[in-house]
Amino acid sequence: MANLTLIQAVNDGLKTAMRADESVVMFGEDVGPKGGVFLATEGLTAEFGKGRCFDTPLSEDGIIGTAIGMAMNGLRPVAEIQFQDFIFPAFDQIVSEAAKLRYRSGGQYTAPMVIRTPYGGGIRGGLYHSQSGEAYFAHTAGLKVVIPSTPHDAKGLLLASIQDPDPVLFMEPKALYRSVKGEVPEGEYTVDLSTLRTVREGRDVTVYCYGAMVPVVEKAAAQAKEQRGIDCLIIDLRTLLPLDEEGVIEAAKQTGRVVVVHEAPRFCGYGAEISAMIAERCIEYMEAPVKRVTGFDTPFPNTLEHHYLPDERRVLDAIEAVYDF
Amino acid sequence: MTASLQILSPAGELVGEVPKHSDEELLALLVHMLRIRCLDGRMLKLQRAGRVGFVGTATGLEGTLVGAAAPLRPTDWLWSGLREGGAAVMRGLPLAEYVAQMYCNANDTAKGRQMCNHFQHKGTNYPSWSSVIGTQITHGVGAAYASKQRGDDVVHVIHFGDGATSSGGFHSGLNFAAVWKVPAVFVCTDNGWAISVPSSEQTAAKSFAEKAKAYGMPGVQVDGNDVLACESAVGEAMERARAGEGPTLVVLRTYRMLGHSSSDDPTKYRSDEEVESWAQRDPIERFERYLIERGVLHEGRRAEIEKDLLKEIDAVIHEQEAAPPMALKTLVEDVYADVPFHLRLQYNEFIAIAEKLGHAQPGDGAFPL
Repeated sequence: MANLTLIQAVNDGLKTAMRADESVVMFGEDVGPKGGVFLATEGLTAEFGKGRCFDTPLSEDGIIGTAIGMAMNGLRPVAEIQFQDFIFPAFDQIVSEAAKLRYRSGGQYTAPMVIRTPYGGGIRGGLYHSQSGEAYFAHTAGLKVVIPSTPHDAKGLLLASIQDPDPVLFMEPKALYRSVKGEVPEGEYTVDLSTLRTVREGRDVTVYCYGAMVPVVEKAAAQAKEQRGIDCLIIDLRTLLPLDEEGVIEAAKQTGRVVVVHEAPRFCGYGAEISAMIAERCIEYMEAPVKRVTGFDTPFPNTLEHHYLPDERRVLDAIEAVYDF
Repeated sequence: MTASLQILSPAGELVGEVPKHSDEELLALLVHMLRIRCLDGRMLKLQRAGRVGFVGTATGLEGTLVGAAAPLRPTDWLWSGLREGGAAVMRGLPLAEYVAQMYCNANDTAKGRQMCNHFQHKGTNYPSWSSVIGTQITHGVGAAYASKQRGDDVVHVIHFGDGATSSGGFHSGLNFAAVWKVPAVFVCTDNGWAISVPSSEQTAAKSFAEKAKAYGMPGVQVDGNDVLACESAVGEAMERARAGEGPTLVVLRTYRMLGHSSSDDPTKYRSDEEVESWAQRDPIERFERYLIERGVLHEGRRAEIEKDLLKEIDAVIHEQEAAPPMALKTLVEDVYADVPFHLRLQYNEFIAIAEKLGHAQPGDGAFPL
């Protein structure tokens, strides 16, 4: 066990995967000798050589398109998109090509690949270094969408993603890169995709969250307990697609009161899916309407980002509202 | 206008050096070209009869297809666009699979999921295109990187049309390929028209081939209606690639004699005179004249070959007409390696209704949850 930050756990995960399987290659913008703008790939070129961890020309569409070809021809590519905000030139390659390849070829060709990308706000990055675009991708059949919130999960989910036979979008909460630390096992282990993590047991209110919102929700839940005696069940969704739907329904039934928290905009956001799922499949267990705490339906702001991002105060308010309904 | 490489003049006279071939091999090239034309004719008839939904013909492009596919080894990859199906047949795609794909029936290796004219053949490394223009270019480059990384002896020949040279994939693909120096050959079939937009409105460059210079790779322009010139140029580029000398852009100038597809009326945007002028340069007739001159073919032999080809094609069509429909479970299979829970649930809801309505076949039943 080592006590690592989330970014160190990602780095450790990449090294572990590349040591275990020489078909794993890592590439993107500035991921070579520099080690990536957040240092996720630090030391990889030195250890594995320029053929296995390398810089690309500056084209997201080119990075993902070539990753698909590598995957079709026997490599296990891990492609980095430097900021999730820059992923949209590659949207076509992800949505129309990688995600549909297995289906359209009747299983003859597949694209086992991972796209790593830092997402989310909290670093004063403005409109184009802060977005949370998970809903665009969670709407795409054939893709897997994974978001860790702890160092342990970051490494375990990353290793599971690299071994997965299908394309995985691995979104890393950059606000947590250095702000969370935790025990990370050495060597190989995996955290199964499409499994939830129960962050905190509770019987009064179920709060669903993922990524950088998890520590915010934990703080809000601690205050709810302290101030009002409300016991929150916190679920870290970890894999948004395919989602452990049974686990989600089970958790909703346990309390009958639900809050969903994400930093992405609300309209057609991931919380809408959770809310609809509960309405369709277990409304009879509900004691209160579902409440969403999210970013606004605006572009991501800059100086006012601390108001845009759900904070403990807004989450606590929602927990109390569904509890008191 | 940049000069085009030519081995046979439009009259079929030798003006260059013929690639090394026995007479039988030369004749085989002609048969491959004729098969493509026969397939196009039959598929168009089936489309007009409402049996298949969509045909994108290669009529007029037989020289580019056969010439550019001739130098490939079975282990090389051919990354295709809309019109390369005939090249797949030439390299080993069984006719039955070709026709099954046109019918999108249960014998289609893609399980009927793609619209017509999206062929694939895993056995000879021929993935299908998606329909989105130019996206296969970077795939081919990535796959070529994998070949280079493994140190295998494989070359990736990446096909696309004149329209695709305007796509982002073209730019990224050629740029990455040259920077990484991968074993790839870019084959741009400039057939004059991207649906209704002429090549002259696709670029202000003097030729598509000169774009190669900006990427730091050689670019050559070839008379695409000269099958031997196509073979020679692509073959040479493949040798460079195999020797580790990096990619080449080969532009094959030709003409799409029919509409973009069976749904297109080309009389709306181009003149009969233009079409007629290209009919005079037909790639099959040019090669036929040369083979007759060389004594490989006698007058009248072509008609016999075509008759045999059509007989073979018609037998396959007859067989494929009888194929069963797709199993309903294929609706949700192959989205992922395993059918995930939410898709089982969605399918089970659907099949319960289908069974009630009598639409389900034996074996279509629900998934275990």
